[in-house]
Amino acid sequence: MSNQLTRVEVEKVAALARLKLSEAELETLTSQMGQILNYVELLNEVDTDDVEPMAHAVEVVNVFRDDEVRDSLPREAALSNAPKTDGRAFLVPQILEGA
Amino acid sequence: MSITGATTGELLDQMNRGDVSCAEVVNAHLDRIESTDETIGAFLAVDREQALERAGDIDAKRSRGESLGALAGLPIAVKDVLCTRGQATTCGSRMLESYVPPYDAHVIEKLHSADAVIVGKVNMDEFAMGSSTENSAFQVTRNPWNLDHTPGGSSGGPAAAVAASMTPLSIGSDTGGSIRLPAAFCGIVGMKPTYGRVSRYGLVAFASSLDQLGPLANDVTGAALLLETMAGHDSRDATSLDEPVPEYSRTVDEGLKGLKIGLVREHFAEGLDPEVEQAVQSAVEVYQSLGATVEDISLPNSKYAVAVYYLIAPCEASSNLARYDGVHYGHRAENFENMIDMYATSRGEAFGDEVKRRIMLGTYALSAGYYDAYYLKALKVRRLIRNDFDRAFQQVDVIVSPVSPRPAFGIGELIDDPMTMYLNDIYTSSANLAGLPGISLPAGKSSSGLPIGLQLLAPPLQEERLFRVARMFERETEWHQERAPC
Repeated sequence: MSNQLTRVEVEKVAALARLKLSEAELETLTSQMGQILNYVELLNEVDTDDVEPMAHAVEVVNVFRDDEVRDSLPREAALSNAPKTDGRAFLVPQILEGA
Repeated sequence: MSITGATTGELLDQMNRGDVSCAEVVNAHLDRIESTDETIGAFLAVDREQALERAGDIDAKRSRGESLGALAGLPIAVKDVLCTRGQATTCGSRMLESYVPPYDAHVIEKLHSADAVIVGKVNMDEFAMGSSTENSAFQVTRNPWNLDHTPGGSSGGPAAAVAASMTPLSIGSDTGGSIRLPAAFCGIVGMKPTYGRVSRYGLVAFASSLDQLGPLANDVTGAALLLETMAGHDSRDATSLDEPVPEYSRTVDEGLKGLKIGLVREHFAEGLDPEVEQAVQSAVEVYQSLGATVEDISLPNSKYAVAVYYLIAPCEASSNLARYDGVHYGHRAENFENMIDMYATSRGEAFGDEVKRRIMLGTYALSAGYYDAYYLKALKVRRLIRNDFDRAFQQVDVIVSPVSPRPAFGIGELIDDPMTMYLNDIYTSSANLAGLPGISLPAGKSSSGLPIGLQLLAPPLQEERLFRVARMFERETEWHQERAPC
């Protein structure tokens, strides 16, 4: 875990996270994330060689239900918060060039 | 006796005896909100008309002799993280500013069927990320005990609403301390139940392996009664536990004989405010005077809790918040170049600083080349933290600790220093990582007049024990009877 976090790395992470950040935000985040990552270095001193990772506090196995048809949210309700809709579907900007 | 500031028990008694109507109780609290909340800033939305209509229905039911739910007529404030059908649910974020859920959360359904009266939605840190409620996109919430201080977070609205006697009850969510910390800062009772005890259906997700809903109240009995209503299995949340729900409010007054209390050596280290330490020691003496024995225990991995938490929670958050894409609901930017740019611009415009910071941290820690070093490492240390607790609870019934290293900090004091802000979670986050129930209750005052909280932790599904042990302390002390001067 070496972390002299660079501005270029932070820009790369922002692209992965689909977050458009201002110059000032990138600057602040580079230093703040570096600080936080330095703090979590603390974990390096813990011997975890034979330790099973714990993803959940309650070890639940698959929870199944009967495969039966149920009502779902009506289309109108599902679309009611859509930023853009034609009443039948969610509308998004054109994805394919020249389509 | 005044109606506002009364406990749930007192209010229920008065309504059952017919001394006051539900409409009078709800009206008194709505008036209190109107006169006080301009100063406190707890409420994001108050639905006066609907609350009074509900109150009228409940009075009518009562006069017809119909049976009423366990919370009949009690006004309650709900953190704006729970979906309420037909009513805005913002999560403290510009992203969801105009979001109106088409369905009710499981807990909201439970409140309705228990005949509670929801008076409004209350403020929070954006997406429940924060320890001060300063990350709300909409307003500052002030600590009712001292208006220059924060109420804690992220459930600052729920805690301030109860502390300022605007409601006797509220509902919050707790991912790393977000119920217990504000309860402590505001001098009220707050409980985070066992992971899975309360269904998360309709709770806007932050970190799904840690999130849990819980009650806040002006006394232990009120919190017990509210959890009794909220808890229980729900097939719509696959992590919800299919275990019977005890009637916590019936047993709450039964003290525990032969109680064994654990004091964690590592908790009393550098960084703990002497007045907080003193309050915890005094609480231990109260228990000793009631016949409890105290044992020194060690949780050697507890010092890693904040580091583990600030990896796991951001990782889960970065994944959960990927759903805000400007397509299905939430904010969409007006100007963008293409589809990808629409996502990035919408998210860049509508998320606040703390949310961006956590999405970035989580994305980084989950990205190729870092996953093992950060995320997987954190999950392994998480197991060690849980193992420490399992060992400790073979020795003791409950663990007593501070809630936070110091009482409420000032508004603006830590906003530019995220790492110091995160360290406020040092005593609370391990309960989320281990999935344990924890309760915070008022246990003192600092020399500057700010409340100090006491935390009790118990093994999974031992909420009943926590309420009883908390009530033992409450009965011997008067901290819970004090009301904020605002």
